[in-house]
Amino acid sequence: MKPDLFAILLQTALLLALAPLISGCIRNWKARLQNRRGPRVVQPYFDLIKFLRKDMVISEHASWVFSAAPYVVFITALLVGLMVPMVTTQAPVSLFGGVLAVVGLLALGRFFMALGGLDPASAFGGMGSSREMTIAAIAEPALMLAIFTVAITVGSTDFSHMVAAAQQSGWDLLNPAHLMAFVALFVVLLAETGRIPIDNPATHLELTMIHEAMLLEYSGRYLALMEWGASIKQLVLMAILVNIFLPVGLAADGSAAALGLGLAVFLGKILLLSAAVVLVETVNAKLRLFRVPDLLSAAFVLATMALLSTFIFH
Amino acid sequence: MDITPTTLLPLTLMGYVLGCAAGLLFLRHEKLANLCSFGCATLAALCGTVACVMSLTAGPAAAPIQLQLLPTLIPYVQFTVRLDPLSAFFGLIVSLLGFALSLYSLGYARGFYGRKNVGVLGAFFNLLLLATTLVVMADNAFFFLMVWEIMALSAYCLVSFEHEKPETRSAGVLYFVMSHIGTGCIMLGFLLLFQASGRVLGNYGPDAYSFAGFHALTGNVSWLSSGSRDAAFLLFLIGFGVKAGIVPLHTWLPAAHPVAPSNVSAFMSGVLIKTGIYGMTRVFFDFLGTPPMWWGVTVLSIGTISAVLGVLYALMQHDLKRLLAYHSIENIGIILMGFGASLMFLHMNHPLLATLALIAGLYHTINHAVFKGLLFLGAGAVLHATHTRDMEQMGGLAKRMPQTAFFFLVGAVAISALPPLNGFVSEWLTYQSLLQGFGTTDSLLRLMFPIGGALLALTSALAAACFVKAFGITFLAQPRSEAAAQAHEAPLTMLLAQAVLVAACVFLGLFPTVFLQVLDPLTQQLTGLQISQQLTLANGLVLSGVNQNGGTVSTLGITLLGLCLLSIPFVLWLVFARRAKTRIGPTWDCGLKGLTPRMEYTATGFSKPIRMIFKALFRPRREVQREYDFSPYFTTSIRFEAHVEEVFETRIYRPLNRWVLWASRRMRALQAGSLQAYLIYIFITLLLLLLFAL
Repeated sequence: MKPDLFAILLQTALLLALAPLISGCIRNWKARLQNRRGPRVVQPYFDLIKFLRKDMVISEHASWVFSAAPYVVFITALLVGLMVPMVTTQAPVSLFGGVLAVVGLLALGRFFMALGGLDPASAFGGMGSSREMTIAAIAEPALMLAIFTVAITVGSTDFSHMVAAAQQSGWDLLNPAHLMAFVALFVVLLAETGRIPIDNPATHLELTMIHEAMLLEYSGRYLALMEWGASIKQLVLMAILVNIFLPVGLAADGSAAALGLGLAVFLGKILLLSAAVVLVETVNAKLRLFRVPDLLSAAFVLATMALLSTFIFH
Repeated sequence: MDITPTTLLPLTLMGYVLGCAAGLLFLRHEKLANLCSFGCATLAALCGTVACVMSLTAGPAAAPIQLQLLPTLIPYVQFTVRLDPLSAFFGLIVSLLGFALSLYSLGYARGFYGRKNVGVLGAFFNLLLLATTLVVMADNAFFFLMVWEIMALSAYCLVSFEHEKPETRSAGVLYFVMSHIGTGCIMLGFLLLFQASGRVLGNYGPDAYSFAGFHALTGNVSWLSSGSRDAAFLLFLIGFGVKAGIVPLHTWLPAAHPVAPSNVSAFMSGVLIKTGIYGMTRVFFDFLGTPPMWWGVTVLSIGTISAVLGVLYALMQHDLKRLLAYHSIENIGIILMGFGASLMFLHMNHPLLATLALIAGLYHTINHAVFKGLLFLGAGAVLHATHTRDMEQMGGLAKRMPQTAFFFLVGAVAISALPPLNGFVSEWLTYQSLLQGFGTTDSLLRLMFPIGGALLALTSALAAACFVKAFGITFLAQPRSEAAAQAHEAPLTMLLAQAVLVAACVFLGLFPTVFLQVLDPLTQQLTGLQISQQLTLANGLVLSGVNQNGGTVSTLGITLLGLCLLSIPFVLWLVFARRAKTRIGPTWDCGLKGLTPRMEYTATGFSKPIRMIFKALFRPRREVQREYDFSPYFTTSIRFEAHVEEVFETRIYRPLNRWVLWASRRMRALQAGSLQAYLIYIFITLLLLLLFAL
């Protein structure tokens, strides 16, 4: 249970290294599916290095909050990553917090990102912040209820316990409760990571963008931290989804063989989920902003039904 | 003289009396009045804080302190004060906030020089502090009701302090009326308790209406099964609910809190509504005995509804203080969610979980007092600097009032339940107790727990949205008015007071396991368990649920780890960006001639998506009037009005009001003004009473 320094370092490195790759894969595959050649899979790494080297332009209206936001976003994403089991069954600092801390820390990052959007006095930033906070507010109950369904069955809000319990009981993905909770969480994942049909990560058109609108005034290394933070957050949410509902191949101990196998299986699962995201993004169009609540309340209803069906089947 | 609670407590009360007297004495010397009355209050509240902390840390074995303040002059009225752990905990809230607010007032009251009488403000402020301190410490029902009434009246006087404005007067009257409806219910409730305890004791003497006498009722079987116990529960729920501001009895709160001077609004939102919570804790957990299931279900439902509706209405406000007032309704709801769950667990005989849920509620009580006080003080500083409460007139204050902006941001993070500050800790405890509660029963009622948890998640996410708006529109971007552009930082005492509360937020957030030990004697008194050891792991670094596998959290650990992780951006800077320069440039304006404040997002615009999503509740209405010369595309002037309907006001209170007026017009026929008729009335009443007595 004690926080293990080696595990913390290893998982931090994994988060930093893997997150841009997933973003790159999704972008590349999406282009392929749309008959475009698309950027290379490793392009996000080059982007990050380029941003880090660049000079920064900061708005004359911005205050210190604007400069604090990238650090908060980046650090909270990493912290969240350390609380979620990825390659091993035991997350490095699961003692420091479970589901509730993860949701809270993500909200903290979002809070500062939204403030960073408002700070430069541009209407785009304000619009992005307003929409981001709205969507997060209606996504949160669905997210919580879906995770509660699992947490209640296991009797713990700790991710490591959830994964361990799932492994022991031979988790059944075809159990209707878990299937519905999975779908609900998948919709929330799309909302939280700013994917089509909720937001379009590839646009800079003012009417459609949410996440990008908040970052519009960021440049240089602040932008790098923001982008990197966003891709880490995406990786972590995907890890939550795959490891709770499909807890196979996680390394139970720290031996090199187990870790290697765990990493390979984890990569496979994440890439599979990325493929699903790519498919959803390609076959759907972006929803009108005021249609998004319908989708998210459908997710909420699914999560409620998942809860009800655990109640019935127990 | 040694420093013990026994010596400090009279000192505290004397201090408030002196402060009140000083204010009245120096009515014509405003500087002297300010210094003496608020100075006395500051010192007295400091004494009170120390006394309460000492009494709470003395350990559960220490006997409660009992004092007779004045000799009994009138039979039945005994001025006794008793400092048991529950009183000490609420006394701590009153005194801590009292200390910070009095300190703040030293600077804030200067804004009234030459306009209003500061002596009167100081006198009533001290009276309010005195009465509130006595409310949470009174030892019998008579004394409680007396100081309860003094508290309500002095608060009314303070709300009406700026009575030149019609808005203030009507808010004051609304508060006055609602508060007395509440007091009426509490009186009836106490009468029921008095009757029962008198019957049990066999006499209706002073013991029958002392709190000890009421407490003795919990062991009486015939009382526990009687219907008057349920009636008493409902009366107290309404009576204390009015003071606490639960939905649908909340309407006075967003009217009265904004119009009061900011130090008073901070006290009302932070402390005064907590006396309602105190009353509920005292009565539900200490007097009424093991509750039936429906009490807990009622309280949990009311709490959830209050939380969600409070925050939804808060989002629609663009008056900074009104927004904060609606958030008080939300937070009272969160407190009551903990209490409701606790009552349900008590019914189902799960004392451990009941204790956890009670702790969650009580922890949120002190947290809300601290961060709401802090936010109102920040709002007061902004009001002081810009002379407006309208957020649409603000903006850019982070550069002009950097300290206030920082303090307000801390309060905003805390109230939005974001880690690592205190709001997160108490909501974490609430979630834990709700989730653990699912396994306690097999009935369908257990679904209330996860659904309540999900609605709590909705509440805190909406609160975060609301405080992005409150902080972002007020403090960030460009100033939207001349007044905001000319704003200046608040004086030192006002900043110091905010710093005290920021320190309290950080302490309660980062060191929950230390603070939980203070709650031990309290839970020992109310549920008979002490669970702080059980909730503590890893030498106090980690806070755990009642069982360790249920979930753990460590705000301190998160903070320290986060600070360590900051080395990553630092290394990145060292490797890549050491040569990179930073330029200050204009914000991108789409090629226009620079951005003006009129192009910024407004508070109304910010909350528009939420207004549209919940339009069934808000029934938004807007009016646009354009004037143009030759083409509608070239408007010469435009007027925009947007309204949100306050459902409870238009659907419940207005019809009720009309009905009361109609009934009183009918009743006027009775008051013909003829003496003979009145004599007949008296005669008939007497006759009826005699018949009733037979």
